[in-house]
Amino acid sequence: MAKYLLLKHYRGAPAAVNDVPMEKWTPEEISAHVTYMRDFARRLERTGEFVTESALAPEGEWVRYDGEGRPPVTDGPFAETKDLIAGWMVIDVDSHERAIELAGELSAAPGAGGRPIHEWLEVRPFLAAPPLITE
Amino acid sequence: MNEIRSLVPAVIGILVRRGADFAAAEDAVQDALVEAVRVWPDDPPRDPKGWLVTVAWRRFVDATRADAARRRREDVIDAEPPPGPASATDDTLRLYFLCAHPSLTPSSAVALTLRAVGGLTTRQIAAAYLVPEATMAQRISRAKRTVAGVRFDQPGDVATVLRVLYLVFNEGYSGDVDLAAEAIRLTRQLAAVSGHPEVSGLLALMLLHHARHASRTAPDGGLVPLAEQDRGRWDTAMIAEGVEILQAALARDRLGEFQAQAAIAALHADAPTAAETDWIQILEWYDELVRLTDSPVVLLNRAVALGEADGPHAGLAALAELDPSLPRHTAAAAYLHERAGDPATAARLYAEAARKATNLAERDHLTRQAARLNTR
Repeated sequence: MAKYLLLKHYRGAPAAVNDVPMEKWTPEEISAHVTYMRDFARRLERTGEFVTESALAPEGEWVRYDGEGRPPVTDGPFAETKDLIAGWMVIDVDSHERAIELAGELSAAPGAGGRPIHEWLEVRPFLAAPPLITE
Repeated sequence: MNEIRSLVPAVIGILVRRGADFAAAEDAVQDALVEAVRVWPDDPPRDPKGWLVTVAWRRFVDATRADAARRRREDVIDAEPPPGPASATDDTLRLYFLCAHPSLTPSSAVALTLRAVGGLTTRQIAAAYLVPEATMAQRISRAKRTVAGVRFDQPGDVATVLRVLYLVFNEGYSGDVDLAAEAIRLTRQLAAVSGHPEVSGLLALMLLHHARHASRTAPDGGLVPLAEQDRGRWDTAMIAEGVEILQAALARDRLGEFQAQAAIAALHADAPTAAETDWIQILEWYDELVRLTDSPVVLLNRAVALGEADGPHAGLAALAELDPSLPRHTAAAAYLHERAGDPATAARLYAEAARKATNLAERDHLTRQAARLNTR
């Protein structure tokens, strides 16, 4: 029973094995991909391992405090250079091995030519509450 | 509410004895519980258990009748069988075994135990584990399907049940439901129907740790290590109860892992100050634990105890024998190096341990230790 974040990147991750931009896929290939992702989430709901998921827009900007009484400084967007997060899914699983297994399945979503994308996903454990019995 | 919930296993047991299958009985009792919460404050029943049985049975009958595909089951209901030969006490025990069945994953076993034995609602369990209610509902219904074929009268394994209760206890206080208190309540109930000394061992262990709960956290939420806790805030009545339960269990001479762990907790609880801790005896109990479990985590804790009993160099030598990737290995090494008079190494190891910490309170604590040595 540990929660993990599966992170999907727009850029910043190593290139996918089957690395073709989505706009060059056929509409059917895009539909197959979307269906795979939705089915994956539904399957995790049924196994009792799904917590939440969300997609993020590629646009983003940096914001920083600029001192008393002044509006925050903004900068960007830097869509060309920055590591952008495309979306995430949070799962709650019984083991680290299971988290890796599920990330592997998510990375196998079909892409161009109907073949798996083999994209890289980042898997990060959540910091948990401390156990009560430690000594 | 605890009083109502403590009736749940017995009521499920009665419905099963009357011919309901486990999953249907569990659903019906949940419905009856919801009804009880609504009705009882204004109109408390004279016989709460009888009331729950009546309402739950009615719900079960309604649900079964509504289900045309299962119409055949009405035969079972119409010919209401006489009460079975086993007592309600045995039913409760079997319900614990069923909910912790080895075919279930740990998270499913925990969820099913909290619902069917603990009487918590799916919403409460979901909140406690910070997952959506739909996810927890699926976890519970999958768990019920998994044990659907298991006969209710098959004896189970106490060790599996205790592991599930231990998991619940260690989850602590993540939601509105105090899971530690819930685990104690369920273990107490189990101890009342099972004479197994390890059940008492686990109950004692939980009480001895729960007694220190208030002193474990600083006002800012930070972790206070055992040696720095304000012992005046320990719950002495709870410690006394834990010690008494432990002594009765140990007297039966069937030592197990939980009794040995409780003995260590009792020795900590018994020390008026951290400096007066009886590390020699604690070390002996760790040797017993090593003999019982052969667990690398126990060996790591033993190395720390050895460091207290025989000096930090002995502790570091024992630590060097163990796999450095073990959880808390680096933190233990940092502590022992500081005690051995090497603050620079200790600070470096504390910072490294902080990066490896798997929970926030521990990471903050270890970072503060590194900062303390780096800035003095």
